[in-house]
Amino acid sequence: MSTTDDLDAREAQAVRDAYAAQQRETTEGTVYTVTGGDWDTLLDSEHDDRIVINMGPQHPSTHGVLRLVLELEGETVTQGRTVIGYLHTGIEKNCEYRTWTQGVTFVTRMDYLAPLFNEAAYCLGVEKLLGVEVPRRAQHIRVLLMELNRIGSHLVCLATGAMELGALTGMTAGFREREEVLHLLEHLTGLRMNHAFIRPGGLAQDLPEDWKEKVTDFVKVMKSRLPDYDKLLTGQPIWRQRLEGVGYLPVDGCLALGATGPILRSAGLPWDQRMVEPYSGYEEYDFEVPTATEADCYARYRLRVAEIHESLKIVEQAVQKLEPGPVMVSDRKIAWPAQLSIGSDGMGNTLEHVRKIMGQSMESLIHHFKLVTEGFHVPAGQVYSTVESPRGELGYHLVSDGGTRPVRVHVRDPSFVNLQCMPAMSEGGMVADVIAAVASIDPVMGGVDR
Amino acid sequence: MTEPTGTSKDREEPTGGEQSSAEAGGAATAEQRARGGERPEAGEVEQATDEAGVAPEGGTRPAATRERSGMFGVRGSGDTSGFGGLRLPGYAPAPAERPYGGWFDDLADDLAEALDERSIPRAAIEQVTVDRGEITFYVARERVLELARIFRDDPNLRFELCSSVSGVDYSAPDGASVVKPMHVVYHLLSMTYRRRIRLEVALDFADPHVPSVVEVYPTADWHERETWDMFGVVFDGHPALTRILMPDDWEGHPQRKSYPLGGIPVEYKGAEIPPPDQRRAYS
Repeated sequence: MSTTDDLDAREAQAVRDAYAAQQRETTEGTVYTVTGGDWDTLLDSEHDDRIVINMGPQHPSTHGVLRLVLELEGETVTQGRTVIGYLHTGIEKNCEYRTWTQGVTFVTRMDYLAPLFNEAAYCLGVEKLLGVEVPRRAQHIRVLLMELNRIGSHLVCLATGAMELGALTGMTAGFREREEVLHLLEHLTGLRMNHAFIRPGGLAQDLPEDWKEKVTDFVKVMKSRLPDYDKLLTGQPIWRQRLEGVGYLPVDGCLALGATGPILRSAGLPWDQRMVEPYSGYEEYDFEVPTATEADCYARYRLRVAEIHESLKIVEQAVQKLEPGPVMVSDRKIAWPAQLSIGSDGMGNTLEHVRKIMGQSMESLIHHFKLVTEGFHVPAGQVYSTVESPRGELGYHLVSDGGTRPVRVHVRDPSFVNLQCMPAMSEGGMVADVIAAVASIDPVMGGVDR
Repeated sequence: MTEPTGTSKDREEPTGGEQSSAEAGGAATAEQRARGGERPEAGEVEQATDEAGVAPEGGTRPAATRERSGMFGVRGSGDTSGFGGLRLPGYAPAPAERPYGGWFDDLADDLAEALDERSIPRAAIEQVTVDRGEITFYVARERVLELARIFRDDPNLRFELCSSVSGVDYSAPDGASVVKPMHVVYHLLSMTYRRRIRLEVALDFADPHVPSVVEVYPTADWHERETWDMFGVVFDGHPALTRILMPDDWEGHPQRKSYPLGGIPVEYKGAEIPPPDQRRAYS
C-alpha cells in the first residue's frame, strides 16, 4: 500500500465522520449543528457563545413531555420558549360525544395529579346548569377528598422538584408519603387515580364503613412525617441556595400572565377560591391561606408545605363534620339509578337493585336503561365554575343546548396558563435555574395539553 | 309503577327548574326562538337601544329554528329504537331585563358610564344575558379590544385577570343554518370587587376575525393560540398566532362541529376504526 492510498482512506474516513460539526450560512449568520464531542472547536475566541438548545420533550427535568427551547449566552438564558402539545388527547372534543355523566371519566384524566379537582369543578358546573343542590354529606366528602388529593399533588410537586434539582432523597420521601395518599384514596374511592368518584348530583357511592379510622390514621402518619421535610429541605443550605431569589415573578407579572395558585400567593396576593368564592361548603371550614412576598421558588416551596398542613387541618374538620345521609340528589331523573356494592365477583350494582329491575318493576328497568344510555337532559345555557386546584384556578366552561351531551366543555387549566410564566421567570438567569423555575410552576402536562 | 320513569324531557317539565332566566321566558322565548336569530326588538336591550337610531350590528343570538324530535322524546312516528337520531331545538339566550339583580345593575351602570366617558357607542354591547347567576355581555366584534381595556382599567370595573378565552361552535348538528355560529368567549375576573363576567363575540365561519386582546391581557396569548388551533378563529394583532396543541402542519380545526371526532384514519396494522360519531349510539 502506498502512502497516498493511506491518505485517501483517512480523508474518506473524515468525510464520513458522523460527529463532525456542520455549518451552513443563513440570513441570520452562520448556524452550527453540533452533534458530538466537538464543543471545543466551537467555543473559541472567534465565535460567540450564543447557542440555542432544545430541552425535551423527553427529558427527566422538564416535568413531563414539555419542550423548552433556550437561547444561551454561556450559562445565561437570554430567551426561553415553551413548546407544548405533546400530550394532547382531545378530551374536550371527546366530552361532546358522551353524556354529562360520562364526562367525569374524561375530565378526571386531564390533570392526573389532581383528578378529584377536575371531577369536582366539572360536577359543580353541571349542577349549576341543572340547578340542583348536592346533599350535605356529599359536599363534605368532596372537600375531604379534594384536600387529600391536594396533599398528594403537592407532595409530587416537592418530590419531582427535588429530583430535578438533584435532591433524590426528597424524591423518595415525597413519593413515599404520596403513596400513603394514594392508598387512602384507593380505599375511599376504589381507585388510586382517575377516580370518577364525584358525579353530577353527588358521589358514585358512599365511603366504606371504616373510612374514619383510615383517614385519622393517615392524618397521624402525615403529622409525624411532615416535620422531616423541614429537616430534609427547608433549612438545607443547598436547597435554599438553589431556590432563593430564583424564578422571581412579582404580583403584577402574575396578574398580567394570569398566574394563580401558589405562584400568585408567593407574590403576596392571598387569592384562594376556597376563601374568596367558597364552594362545596368551604365557608364552614377554619383554615388559613399561606402567603409570602418573596415571589421566588423558595417561597413557593414553603407555601406548598404550609398548604399541606392547612389541608390536614381541613381533613380533620371534615371528619368531624361528616354525618350520615344521602350522597346523591334525590331527583331520580338525575341521580344514577343504582348504588354500587362489592359482591363476590367484584364491584357492581347492588343485588337489590338488580332484583328490582330484572324481576319486579319493568318501569324501573326502563328508567335505568334510559338514564344510563341516554343520560339526563341539562337545560340549555352556559356556566363557568371554578375550584382552587393545587395549581390555581381550575375553571370549567360548560355549554348545554338542552340535550344529554355537552355542546362544549372548555377547561381553563391552571398548568396551561401558569406555564406561560416560564420565560418571565427564567430569562436572564442561569440555565440551571430554569429547572428550578419550571419545577416551582409545577405544570402537569396532562392538564396543559388536555 | 312506584317511581318516575320518564327521563325524556318534555317542554312542560324541564329537568333544571326555574333558576334559568334563559329558560323562563316562556311564550316570549318561544316566540323569539321561532324568529330565530333576529336582532332584539326595540327596548329589549338597554345598551343597544339607548341611543336612538343606533341599531345593534347584527343578531348575536344563535338561531333557534330547530324543533326537538326523535329518540326518547319521540312524537309522531313512534320510533323508539334510537336509530332515528335525536334533533334538539336550538338555544337562544334571552336578553335580560332591568333590574338584573345583585351587583349586575351596578356593573351595567358603571360600564355604561365608562363607555360614555370614552365616547364608545353603547351599541358596542349588543345584548346582556343574566343566567344562573352569571352575566354575559354579547359585544360587537370591532369593540372587543377597547372594551377589554375599559374592563381592565376603569376604576369601577377593574377586571384584572382574564381567566380564559375560548370558543364555542353553536352550529346545528343537523346542518340547519345558524346566524353567526362561532362564538369567542372571554371570562374576566375582578379580584378587587370579586366579580366574574363573560364577554361573548359572535362570528361567521366565512369571516372568523376578531381583534386580539393580548396587548391588554398578555395571558390571552396561549388562549388565543388554542382557540385558533381548535376553531380557526383569527385573532388580528396577536404577536404569533400559531398552532399550540396540534402539530404545526395539521389541517383543519378539530373543535369545530364540522370536524369529526376520531375521523382521521389511524394506521395500525391495517385496521381502521370508524369515528365514534358514525358508530351506532343511543342518542
